[in-house]
Amino acid sequence: MEEKYTLKRKTQYGILSIVGVGILLLILGYFIESPNRQELWANVLINNLYFLFIALFGGVFLALHKISYAGWYTALKRIPEALTKFLPISAALMFLIYFGMHDLYHWSHEGLHDPILEGKAAYLNIPFFFARMALYFLGWIGLTYLLRKNTLDQDINPDLKYHKRGKILAALFMVFFAISSSTMSWDWIMSIDAHWFSTLFGWFIFIGMFVCGIATIILLIAFLKSQGYLEYINKEHIHDMGKYLFAFSIFWMYLWFSQYLLIWYSHIPEETAYFAPRLNDHKFLFFTVLIINFLFPFLALMTRDSKRNIKWLSFVAVIVLIGHWLNIYMLVIPGTIGKTAQIGLIEIGFIALYLGGFLYVVFSSLSKTPLLVKNDPLLEESFHYET
Amino acid sequence: MYVSPIREPLVTGNKTYKKITDEISAPIEGKPGKAWYAGITLTVSALLLGLAMMGYTIWNGIGTWGLNKTIGWGWGITNFVWWVGIGHAGTFISAILLLFRQKWRTSINRSAEAMTLFAVMCAGLFPLIHMGRPLLGFFVFPYPNTRGLWVNFNSPLLWDVFAISTYFTVSLLFWYVGLIPDIGTIRDRIKSKFKKWIYGLLSFGWTGSAKHWQRHESISLILAGLAAPLVLSVHSIVSTDFATSVIPGWHTTIFPPYFVAGAIFSGFAMVLTLLIITRKVLNLENYITVGHVESMNKIIIATGSIVGIAYITELFIAWYSGVEYEQYAFLNRATGPYWWAYWIMMTCNVISPQLLWFKKLRRNLVFTFILSIFINIGMWFERFVIIVTSLHRDYLPSSWSMYEPTIVEVGIFIGTLGLFFTCFLLFIRVFPVIAIAEVKSVLKSSGDQKDKPETKEKH
Repeated sequence: MEEKYTLKRKTQYGILSIVGVGILLLILGYFIESPNRQELWANVLINNLYFLFIALFGGVFLALHKISYAGWYTALKRIPEALTKFLPISAALMFLIYFGMHDLYHWSHEGLHDPILEGKAAYLNIPFFFARMALYFLGWIGLTYLLRKNTLDQDINPDLKYHKRGKILAALFMVFFAISSSTMSWDWIMSIDAHWFSTLFGWFIFIGMFVCGIATIILLIAFLKSQGYLEYINKEHIHDMGKYLFAFSIFWMYLWFSQYLLIWYSHIPEETAYFAPRLNDHKFLFFTVLIINFLFPFLALMTRDSKRNIKWLSFVAVIVLIGHWLNIYMLVIPGTIGKTAQIGLIEIGFIALYLGGFLYVVFSSLSKTPLLVKNDPLLEESFHYET
Repeated sequence: MYVSPIREPLVTGNKTYKKITDEISAPIEGKPGKAWYAGITLTVSALLLGLAMMGYTIWNGIGTWGLNKTIGWGWGITNFVWWVGIGHAGTFISAILLLFRQKWRTSINRSAEAMTLFAVMCAGLFPLIHMGRPLLGFFVFPYPNTRGLWVNFNSPLLWDVFAISTYFTVSLLFWYVGLIPDIGTIRDRIKSKFKKWIYGLLSFGWTGSAKHWQRHESISLILAGLAAPLVLSVHSIVSTDFATSVIPGWHTTIFPPYFVAGAIFSGFAMVLTLLIITRKVLNLENYITVGHVESMNKIIIATGSIVGIAYITELFIAWYSGVEYEQYAFLNRATGPYWWAYWIMMTCNVISPQLLWFKKLRRNLVFTFILSIFINIGMWFERFVIIVTSLHRDYLPSSWSMYEPTIVEVGIFIGTLGLFFTCFLLFIRVFPVIAIAEVKSVLKSSGDQKDKPETKEKH
C-alpha cells in the first residue's frame, strides 16, 4: 500500500491566510493596543512553549508506543513524526528569548539583593540557563531525528534490525525526556515566579503537553481523512485517541488538584503566593481553564459514541487545545505582565502567526514521505485493529 | 484478531482448552504437598506471634511501642503505607492493563487481585491497632447520632477511611465476579459432594449460558471502570496523610502521583516474589512464562525510574526552594543518624532496578526474584525514611529524638506477613490461581500452537 499526501494549493492558501491574518492583527494590535516589550515577549514565550510542547509530544507518542510494544498506532506513525519536524524551529524561537530575558525572568536582573534568589543563583543564571536549553534541544532534535530516520530506513529495508534499533532509540528518548521535561518546565515556566517552587510542577506540565499532543493528532487524522487519506484508520483507532483525550484530561485535573489541594491545605504563604494573584486578578480565566480542560472533555467524551465520532471528537479537541493555550497563558502572565494583562489583538495575532508556521512545517513534512510506514513487524496488527 | 508473529506466545506447551482446565484446577483437586504444609506452618506461627503482640499492645497500650512525643508515627504507619502500596499491583493489572489491552495480564490478574485484598486487610489492621482501643474504630464512620459526635471531614486520615474501604469493596467485587465462571468450572469437576455444594453456592448458579456471560462481561466492565480511578485515588489519599501537613519532608506537592508510582512499583515486586515461586511449585510455567516476568520487570523499571525521578526532584527542589528547614530535612535524611535507612532505600529502589535495562537480567528468574525482595525492602524503607526521619528532627531542636521499634512492633509486622502469606496459601488451595476462562480467551490469538515463522523475535 502506497499513499502519499500532497500539499494542495487550497491548503497552502489556507495556511498563508492564517499567517496573513496573524500579521495583520499584530500590526493593528501594535497601533491600537500599543503593547510594551514585556507583553510582546510574554506572547513569544507562551506560543513558543505551546507549539514546542505539541512538537515534542510527537516524539513522546512514538517512543511510548514503541517501548510498550503497541501495534495499533503503527499505521499513523507518520503524523507524530511530522510534528517533531517543528522542533528545530522551536529551538530557534526559544533562543530568541535571550533578548527578552529581563522582561520575562525577574531573576535574570543583576543586583537584586534578594537572599532567596541569591540562593538559587547556581541554577538560575543566564549562561547555565542557555546551556541547558541547548542540551535539551540537542537531545530532543537528535533523538527524534534518529527515530524518524529509522522508520524511513525501515521503509526501504525489511530487516528486523530497524525494529530493534527503534526500541533502543525510543528508550533513550524516554529517559532523556523524563528528566528534561521536568527541568525544562522549571527553567522556562516555574522560574518566572522565581520565589515559588512545587515538586509536582514538571509532571503537571508534561500531562498538559500530552493532552495537547493527542488533540493535535486527532485533528490531523480528521483533516487527512477528510481529504481522502488514511482509509486504514478505522473507528477503533479514533476511539482509542478519544480515550486518550478523555483519560488524560482527567489525569491533568488530578495533577492540578493534587498541587492545588496540598498548597491550599498547608497554607504556607511562600506557596500560596503563587495562586493568590491567579485567583484574585484572573478569576474568570482561572476557572475557565478548569472547565474547558477538565469538565468539558469529561462530559463531552463520556459515552462510547462520542469518542467514535470523528467530527465531535475534533470539536472537543479544538476546545481542549484552546483550554491548554489558556493554561500556559495563566502560567506565564501573572508573573510577567500581571494584573493588566488582557487577551486582545496582539495575543490572537501571535497565535495565528505561530499556528500558520506550525501547520506549514507539519504539512510539508507530511507531504515529503509516504503517509504509511512499511515493513514494521507490527503494522499488520494496526490494519486488523478491533476490540 | 491478528497478532504479529514477532510477539512472544502467552501460553506455551501446545495447550488445548481441556488441558488448561486440568492443569489450573489440579492444585485444588489434589492433596497439598509437604512444601505447602511446611509453608503454612511457618506462616501461621508468624500470624500467631502477631496476634499475641497485638493482644499485648491492646492490653497494655501504645506505650509498648517505641513511639515518643516527637515521633508519634513509627512502624505502625510505615507498615500501613507499605501494605496499602503492595495492593496496588492487583488493581493496576486488572483495571489499567485491561484498558490498555495488555493480554499478558490474564495469567497474573487473579493472584495479583487476591494479593490486593490480603494486603489491604493487613494494612487496615495498623490504624485500628494504633487507636489503642480497636472499638474506637467504630467512630471513624460518619453517621448521625444523638450525642452530636461527628467525624472530622478535614482530616486526611478520615479520607483514608473512605478511600480504602471503597478500594477494598471494589477490589473484592471485581475479584469475585472474575472468579464466578471458574468456580462454576470447579463445581462441575469436583468429586466430593460437600465441596460441590459449597462451590455450587459460591458460583451463584453459574451455567455458562450466553446470558450469564453477557451479564458477567457488563458487570466486569463497570467494575473495571470504577477500579481504574481507584488505582490513583487510594495512594494519593494516603500521601495526603503526610503532604497536607507543614512538616519538612512531608509537605511536597509531588507526593500523590509519586506515591502511586511507588505503590505500583512495590506491588509488582511482591507479585513477582510470589509468582516466581508459585509458578514453579504449581507447575504453571506454561501460563506464567518468562515473557510474563519480563513484562512485569518492564513495569518495575518504568515505575522505579519514576520513583527515582521523584526522589531527585524532591532533593533538588528542597535546595532550590531556599527554605532552610526543607534543606535540612533532606540533608538529615542522607547524612543524619538514619543515613543507613536512606541509602538502603536509594540502593534498593533507584539503583538496583536500573539493572533491568539488560534484557538478560529481565529474563533471569533468580535475578528477578532477588531483585523483587530488594524492592520490597527498599519500599518499606522508603516509608520508614519519610515518616521517621522527617519527624525525629522537627523545628524545635529541644524536642529532637530518636525512634527504635520494640519487639512488640516487630512482632506485629511479622504477624501481618504471616496473615498475608497464610491467606495466599489458602487461596491457592481453594480457587484457581490463574483465571481459567480468561486464559482460554487469549489461547487462540496468543498461544504457541499457531504458526510461528522463523523471524520470531524474543523481546
